[in-house]
Formats: sequence, C-alpha cells, structure tokens
Amino acid sequence: MSRAGGQTIVYENPPVIAAHRGVAGRKEGQGPLAEWFDAILEDDLLGQKSWELAESEMVRRCARDTLDAAGLSAGGVDAVLGGDLNNQIIATTFAAKKLGAPFLGLYGACSTFVEALTLGAALISGGDLRNALCCASSHFCTAERQFRFPLELGTQRPPQASWTATACGCALLSGGGHGIQVTSGTLGRVIDLNITDANHMGAAMAPAVFDTLTAHLTDTRQSADDYDLIVTGDLGWIGRDLLLQLCRKAGVDMPADKLVDCGASLYSQAQDPHAGGSGCGCVASVSCSWIMKRIESGELSRVLLSGSGAMLSPTSSQQGQSIPGICYAVSLEGE
Amino acid sequence: MSRQPYTAGQYQHLVSRVTPSSRMLVGYVRAFWVGGAICALGQLISAWAETLKLGEVTNPMFTTSVLILIGTTLTGLGVYDRIGKYAGAGSAIPVTGFANSVAAPAIEFQREGAITGVGARLFTLAGPVLAYGIASSVLVGVIYWALRGWLL
Repeated sequence: MSRAGGQTIVYENPPVIAAHRGVAGRKEGQGPLAEWFDAILEDDLLGQKSWELAESEMVRRCARDTLDAAGLSAGGVDAVLGGDLNNQIIATTFAAKKLGAPFLGLYGACSTFVEALTLGAALISGGDLRNALCCASSHFCTAERQFRFPLELGTQRPPQASWTATACGCALLSGGGHGIQVTSGTLGRVIDLNITDANHMGAAMAPAVFDTLTAHLTDTRQSADDYDLIVTGDLGWIGRDLLLQLCRKAGVDMPADKLVDCGASLYSQAQDPHAGGSGCGCVASVSCSWIMKRIESGELSRVLLSGSGAMLSPTSSQQGQSIPGICYAVSLEGE
Repeated sequence: MSRQPYTAGQYQHLVSRVTPSSRMLVGYVRAFWVGGAICALGQLISAWAETLKLGEVTNPMFTTSVLILIGTTLTGLGVYDRIGKYAGAGSAIPVTGFANSVAAPAIEFQREGAITGVGARLFTLAGPVLAYGIASSVLVGVIYWALRGWLL
C-alpha cells in the first residue's frame, strides 16, 4: 500500500466492485433517477412492525441481492462494512445479524458509504480481506423521529432543509475479478466553520468536501480535468453552490458541469425536497445505481466519488454546538 | 494547514447570502387566513354551544374540546401535517395545533410502548408550552394578587 500526500491511499492492488445494488423508497422511485435503481420499495414499512425494522429489512434485501448478483453466499463474505443514521446504527447491525457475516459498523453520517469503500478497499488491497460488502442506508421516517419531529406534526421546513432519502446502496468489493476499480481513497479531516443551523447541512459540509477534494487532487497531483465526473454525496443544491464558490475563491479549477451532487439529483424540484436529498442511503443508492452503471457502460471512465457527513446529534445541536463536517473520497475507474 | 479560502465569519456571511429565505409575505397571508378560519370555526362552535344552553363556564370548555377533537382527528387521519406545512403558525398556534403537537408524538412513539413511548414522549413538544404557560399564569396571578388593592 502506498501513500500519496497527507491524506490519500493509492491502493497497490486495487479492488474491483464485483456487484452493486441501489434501492430506493417510493418518493425516490418517483424522481428523475427512477429508471436507474435496481429496486423501488413497494411501501416504506416493508411489512415490518417499525420504521427501524423496515430500514433494516431494506439493508438486508439490498445486501442479499448484491451477493446474489456476485454469486456469493453470506458465508463467503469476509466482512460487511456499513452503517446508517440511527442511534447505535441499529438498521445495519440488525441486518448484519441476519446475514451472519463478520461486521464492521461505521458511522460517518452521510459519508458512511464512501468511508466504507475507503476502508474496505484498503483492507483488500493490503491482503487482509478477500472481499468486503460496503453498505449504507437511511430512511426518512427513522431519521425524522430521531433528529426532528414526529411525522404527523404540522410544521414548516425552511428552504435550506434537506429531505432524508429512504434508500440503500450496497457494493461488493473484491480482491480479484472484473469490475470498476477502486484505485485510491482519501481520508477526510473534520472541518467546522461554525455553522450551527441543524437544518443547513449542506452549508456545514461544503468546507469539508472542499478540504477533501483539494487534498485528493493535491495528493495525487491531478486536477478536475483528470476526472469525467466529480460526485459529491449530499450537499444539496445550496451546498453544491457553496462548494463551487469555495473552489472559485481558492482558485481551484472545478467546472460546474463536472460536479454532480447525489442529493441534488435524487429528487425533482416538483417533489418539494427543499435543498435536496440527504442521508447515508442517498449517496449509497445513487452511486451504486446511476454512477456505477454509467461507468460500466463506458459513458464515464474516471469518477471521483465523495461522501460527506454532517456530524451532529440532537444533543450537540440543542447544546448550541456547531456542526462539524467530514468527507471521504474514492476514485473509481472503469475497466 | 487550513486550506479553507474563507474564515468562519466570512463563510457564514457567504452562507447567509446564498441561502434563500422563506417567502415571508406568502407565509403571513397563509397563516392569517388559516388561523383566522380556525378561530371563526371556534366562534361557530361557541355559537352552537349557546343554543345548547351549556352555561357561561361550560361553553368555552365545550368549544375548546370540540376544536381539540378536530385537531387530533385530523392528525390521526394524516391531514394536519399537510395543513401545517401550508399554514405554519396559522395552524400551529390555535388550540388545534396544540392538540396536533400532543397527538403526533402519541402516534409516533406508540411502538416504544405505553410507558416509555407514549407516556414519556406525549408532551415532548407541548411540554415547554405547558411548563412556561402554567409558570407564567402563576406569576401573573401573584402580580394580580399583590396589585389588586391598587387596581380595583
């Protein structure tokens, strides 16, 4: 394994994405990316007793379908890496219990999926694992009750609020075989520019995304031109604007037409998601379907995929603390 | 080794410039007519109560109870959150909104059980209103008691 610069790992034996699945909820399944998802949930409760169990069932189904696509049983998985937004990441843990495979629970808020890819790729490249199932999920109804208000409360959301996606994405990283290569991964630093509005997660995360993207480009001596697409995970429309402004001010070349945000792509404005989609499942499902399928079809050959998380809790924001942001990035290359 | 092009202060200024503000005027108009309509409905119920000859003490309680019944029923039917999204404070401030703020957690947290769920979470939203509402009425009562010699 070789390091590049201060934060980037260049994988000596780049793992491949042997299989991937993106699942979306009903509202997400009515959005502009509907045709790309591998499955759209028929109802958001999935026949379960609670929203938390429904989210867990979504993860389990998505993981099972990913393994089926790779022709692997849960017994053949060396590690499941993933998490969600629930306290103590219960949705993923309960799904991992049913899968029965070794499990590494991660929490990086909406950055969890890319965090899992970064770590999983390192463990495989280093020869410690043969494969790793990376996953992340979120559910509108579990996130609302934990972070905001009961669903039936008659409140208004401000324009900068994002809509937590009901979605899940799973990618099976493998040490051999064919598929999209994960060639490098950049670890994020926790960045905090003192944004305290818990509704404004795009603003809280944009500086962290800027930090990690510039670290990646500097560490690997590349520019935005070296990528066909730079994908950010869940800044939303306002956060994406802020990132572009940060790049412009810093003199970092970042063409707007190359910068695609998963949260700003998941819903149409007519669906009234305010600032766009958010949640661990948003970047996971969008990248596992829309982005990866376009790499496999040859439309894109090199993509820098980043996932950013707003590391707040109801406790920290009620105590008046600002919202630290974190961002991880991996470069994906077609065969 | 900060690479950030802005200081925290400059960035917050940029954020407030880029973030669209809520459409205040539209919000005021919606809150005004919905809130007004709920109050007019209350007045109608009160007029109806008059015909029932419930008396001066029972009439307002009857009116409030009917409004609470309407608020909780609309919450249970999944309608009140849509009214609230449209009208904001117009539907949150009247007693129907108070009923909504109690009924919504009751529905949401029933899965955590009758004691630690509904019982403990029922007043998570209404609790502050009750605590400070009762505290301030006690305070006003004390002031009234102390000053009544001069006032009357």
